[in-house]
Amino acid sequence: MTATHDPPAERVPRSPRSAEPSARRPARPSRVGRPALTLLTWAIALVFVSPALWMVLTAFKQETDAYTDPPRVLFTPTLERFSTVLDAGIMPYVGNSLIATLGSAALVVLLGVPAAYALSIAPVRRSKDVLFFFISTKMLPVVAVIVPLYVAAGQLNVLDNIWTLVLLYTAMNLPIAVWMLRSFFLEVPTAIIEAARVEGASLPRVLWSVMLPVMAPGIAATVLICMIFSWNEFFFAVNLTASQAATVPVFMVGFITSESLYWAQLSAAATLVSLPIVVVGWIAQRQLVRGLSMGAVK
Amino acid sequence: MSTTTAAPRTTRRSRDWARRAPLLPALIFTILLTQLPFLATIWYSLRSWNLLRPGSQEFTGLSNYAAILTDRQFLGAAANTVLITASCVLVSMVLGIGLAMLLDRRFLGRGVVRTLLITPFLILPVATALLWKTTMFDPVFGLVGFVLSPFGLGDVDWASSYPVLSVVAALVWQWTPFMMLLILAGLQSQERDVIEAGQVDGANTWQMFAMVTLPHLRRYIELGVLLGAIYVVNTFDTIYMMTQGGPGTASANLPFTIYQRAFLGFDVGQSAAMGVVVVIGTIIVALVALRLIFRAFLSSEEQNA
Repeated sequence: MTATHDPPAERVPRSPRSAEPSARRPARPSRVGRPALTLLTWAIALVFVSPALWMVLTAFKQETDAYTDPPRVLFTPTLERFSTVLDAGIMPYVGNSLIATLGSAALVVLLGVPAAYALSIAPVRRSKDVLFFFISTKMLPVVAVIVPLYVAAGQLNVLDNIWTLVLLYTAMNLPIAVWMLRSFFLEVPTAIIEAARVEGASLPRVLWSVMLPVMAPGIAATVLICMIFSWNEFFFAVNLTASQAATVPVFMVGFITSESLYWAQLSAAATLVSLPIVVVGWIAQRQLVRGLSMGAVK
Repeated sequence: MSTTTAAPRTTRRSRDWARRAPLLPALIFTILLTQLPFLATIWYSLRSWNLLRPGSQEFTGLSNYAAILTDRQFLGAAANTVLITASCVLVSMVLGIGLAMLLDRRFLGRGVVRTLLITPFLILPVATALLWKTTMFDPVFGLVGFVLSPFGLGDVDWASSYPVLSVVAALVWQWTPFMMLLILAGLQSQERDVIEAGQVDGANTWQMFAMVTLPHLRRYIELGVLLGAIYVVNTFDTIYMMTQGGPGTASANLPFTIYQRAFLGFDVGQSAAMGVVVVIGTIIVALVALRLIFRAFLSSEEQNA
């Protein structure tokens, strides 16, 4: 695997929004403006995302416009469907999703940053084994742990409790975060740390006042990636929550059962619940590759 | 924040601990929440425990395993899991390579196109499944039927006639952007001079792709296939939403079957045994795969050292 070789000047600090140097560089010399190919690319892209565009379009329809053969593109848009969804009591679910998403992201940073630091800057003996272990937990199918988790949660009386999801989402995202953060740490020039150490600063001190400011964009990107996974998670949510702690995907399923014939309504709900994470993903898109490949690809 | 205390630099041992301490909270947390439950799953799998028969718990050795390995439903789900995972990963990869090739040049609105293309990956998977089940695949009012009607496929009820195909379609839509992003990163890491040298040597576009680009992408393709497979094997929401594993058990995969056995059939022992079998299968694949991934990770670091 050859990573893009950034010139050192480009390395740090880098905000998640700033374009990767590799993305700015045209990858191959191409005659700019082969209009036919550009048109083709646009056409293919629009066809590919058409189901999503259709979903958004349907959300603005009256129910009668949603059920037409052939499908209707021109109609009088309305916001009624959205207000219906909001009136259907979606807010508590959104609140739960926010707690689960942000709570686990905070915990991931708290646990992940020191671990990633230990595995990158100060190599621990057997650190390869530890890294290996972290990544191997991603290989453990969730179905292999769901039964005892359900039983244990029942015995501890934490079924249908949002903090149970916070802990599980932390466990789910921690391996990704450790690898990803480690790849950011590895980009920090070691000279910074050495200089601070020479001046007699203690390790935690170096971490806190020298490393963290440099790492901030990387941590932000890691948080955004973890948010995407937590917000969209369904398996734990549907099995370990009932009414009090149910998250947005669980709301969606219930809503579908009760409103299955109202496509415009369903599309409005689907659009609303997807929107926050779609925006987060758009913001973090430069870092998406790093997150999805757990830091292997930049 | 950090759990270390400043280590006196006199003894090596305390310095070792100072180095290791930041790692421990994450490590202990992960072991508690992943390894312990898995050990418990193994324990449950060796016992007969059905929630509908309280007091039924007893040690039964491997009888749960014997039961599921002769269970048509389980074997069917295992076959479906392999089929869904393999076809989804393969098709997403091919489409992802195609899209990445298109995006690997400068053109008007490239950023917008890229943003559009990653969107399906970000949409709530439950919503994606719903969208495909209704507005796309509906036999009467669905968009797919409308588009295919000139070919005489206008009123096919995809989700119930071809449940596995429908699930794979929704999954491919969701995972193609993931593959595209990985491959695009691979394309953009190509050395310019290699490409230029190829062009000087008079290689045509196809030769360039086959002889230069594809070998360079090999690592990225491997990584995409492996990571994609790890994620797609665990697919649950799409099946739950689109087909409920039906009709009958035609489109149930292992996660869905284990969920059914545990939460609808209340058979803890058997669903635990299924979970263990899934892990054993995953481990066999992972042993090969992990080595590859790991090599990829570490070699990418040597580049940055």
